[in-house]
Amino acid sequence: MKRIVLAALAAAGMTMGASAFAADFTPAIVFDMGGKFDKSFNEAAYHGAEAFKKDSGVDYLEFEVTQASQREQAMMRMAKKGANIIVAMGFAQAGAVEKAAKEYPDTKFTIIDMVVDLPNVQSIVFKEHEGSFLVGMAAALASKTGKVGFVGGMDIPLIRKFAQGYVEGAKYANPDVEVFQNMTGTTPAAWNDPTKGGELARSQFDRGADVVYAAAGGTGIGVYQAAKDAGKLAIGVDSNQNYLHPGTMLTSMIKRVDVAVEEAFTSAKNGTWKPGIQVLGLAEGGVGWALDEYNEKLVTDDMKAKVEAAKADIIAGKIKVTDYMMQN
Amino acid sequence: MADAFLYVLLILDATFRVATPLVLAALAGMFSERSGVIDIGLEGKMLGSAFAAAACASVTGSAWAGLLVGVAAAIALSMLHGFACITHRGNQVVSGMAINIVVAGLAPTLGFAWFHQGGQTPPLSGDARFASLTLPFADATADWPIIGPLYSELISGHNIIVYMAAAAVPIAAWILFRTRFGLRIRAVGENPHAVDTAGISVVAIRYRALIVTGILCGIAGSYLSIAHGAGFARDMTAGKGYLALAALVFGKWKPVPTLFACLLFAFTDALQARLQGADIPGIGVIPVQFIQALPYILTVLLLAGFVGRAIPPKAIGQPYVKER
Repeated sequence: MKRIVLAALAAAGMTMGASAFAADFTPAIVFDMGGKFDKSFNEAAYHGAEAFKKDSGVDYLEFEVTQASQREQAMMRMAKKGANIIVAMGFAQAGAVEKAAKEYPDTKFTIIDMVVDLPNVQSIVFKEHEGSFLVGMAAALASKTGKVGFVGGMDIPLIRKFAQGYVEGAKYANPDVEVFQNMTGTTPAAWNDPTKGGELARSQFDRGADVVYAAAGGTGIGVYQAAKDAGKLAIGVDSNQNYLHPGTMLTSMIKRVDVAVEEAFTSAKNGTWKPGIQVLGLAEGGVGWALDEYNEKLVTDDMKAKVEAAKADIIAGKIKVTDYMMQN
Repeated sequence: MADAFLYVLLILDATFRVATPLVLAALAGMFSERSGVIDIGLEGKMLGSAFAAAACASVTGSAWAGLLVGVAAAIALSMLHGFACITHRGNQVVSGMAINIVVAGLAPTLGFAWFHQGGQTPPLSGDARFASLTLPFADATADWPIIGPLYSELISGHNIIVYMAAAAVPIAAWILFRTRFGLRIRAVGENPHAVDTAGISVVAIRYRALIVTGILCGIAGSYLSIAHGAGFARDMTAGKGYLALAALVFGKWKPVPTLFACLLFAFTDALQARLQGADIPGIGVIPVQFIQALPYILTVLLLAGFVGRAIPPKAIGQPYVKER
């Protein structure tokens, strides 16, 4: 009896070994605070990874960071397990990527939203200010009160970049527009506090705003809910969030994190992956504004024409949107 | 002038919304701590009931069913706390922290298994949430000077749990200071031996106090997920349990001062949302970081300057051992 069990175990061990051998390509992804299902930034990355899995049939390793100290551990463990490429989501992972990339020079690293200058690291950053400019225009054009709001997550330069693009877009469409800005907090917990997000949105509605743009990860869910409760308009971020509350979601600033993640995995698999910096803006299709069946009633033809015209002007270089991070 | 008045009213309106879970949780802590049981697990109990309420409301579509299940979940966690530190005389702080940690992990795990939305519950709408109530005559009186906006903006238009919290303060004060049950709760918190000598079971009184704690905590947690918010998200309490505990100490374990402490915390929170980026004449734009630290700075100043010494119940933190 014992021998049979042993044989079975050995067989199991062999098949496991074999399957691990067959899948000699192992991609990995480390999500950041806010979680894989924040309906926004991390969720977009998750969809990208899932799309890769569906196309290639290769499974991936994943880790959801819930504490700052876990980032480095997670990356080191994945590198040790033999991951070929590790995608790190978010600016906060830069330190961990730098350490892990030095320790494992043969492993490929892709970091999104931040630049790490090492020979085995690919940095993908987006021109969020360009996408935010477009939704800022949409907000100002849709606003009846001439006042619009912005709710940011953690107070960091990246989020200021969203805010500045948004303000410039709003002012471009309506020079008299008033823009209220709020940041949820100064710690990573600010990415996941829908209660606070809702309160901030309400405080802006109280002051007369009727369109609010949230760039705040999971906190945004509270902002969109508050907009729905108050019958005001909200603008989503990162993923297309129009479907969350059809009728009160004006549009979403989409940042093609999903495409970036899928592309990183696919190129690593094909051997076309290259280290260095990639900047994805309107021209590259890396950012944009979302139009679909959920918001077609809210976006008028006039609004659409004006925003699309500005989009063409930005791509052609006729409109320059200030990049907060370059400016400072 | 009218604008400034309305502005103040809207800040106070936000204060009430933010203060509601704090008030309920602080009162919950008051019952527990007055009976001699430290309750650092308010955070976990709120989170647990927020999850249970949102899960039940999304399945049944009824906010009342959600509230009931939320309260039941908080009572269950409260009893767990009691079992560990009343019956088995465990360390009350450790047990409370254990509850916080267990719930922080368990709620998203169960949520993931049941709803497949990454530990969140589906967004709630319609009857699955407590909607804002418009009190009678609110619309009719809105145009009256002073009193009109005061009534229609500030007092009317909240959801039912806000009114529950407002009613809970006098009721809790009455129970604690005017009833036999309240007298016994305070007695077991100050001098359990005397209570025991009088032939009353210390253990039974402490358990009953913890049930009250569970009920209040359950309402506080439900408020977050099915009244103010619309669904459960991971760690959605965001430290409110600890803040409520601080308010309780701040308020010297007394209902009315505790209420004011909660209102103060909530007011600074509401104020900071509005001060961000505001251009103050003569000073200019104040940095966001400073404004976000304002509630804490204010707390420290008040604690140091005005409040004086807070004396906790004498027997707090000590498991009761009958002498043989």
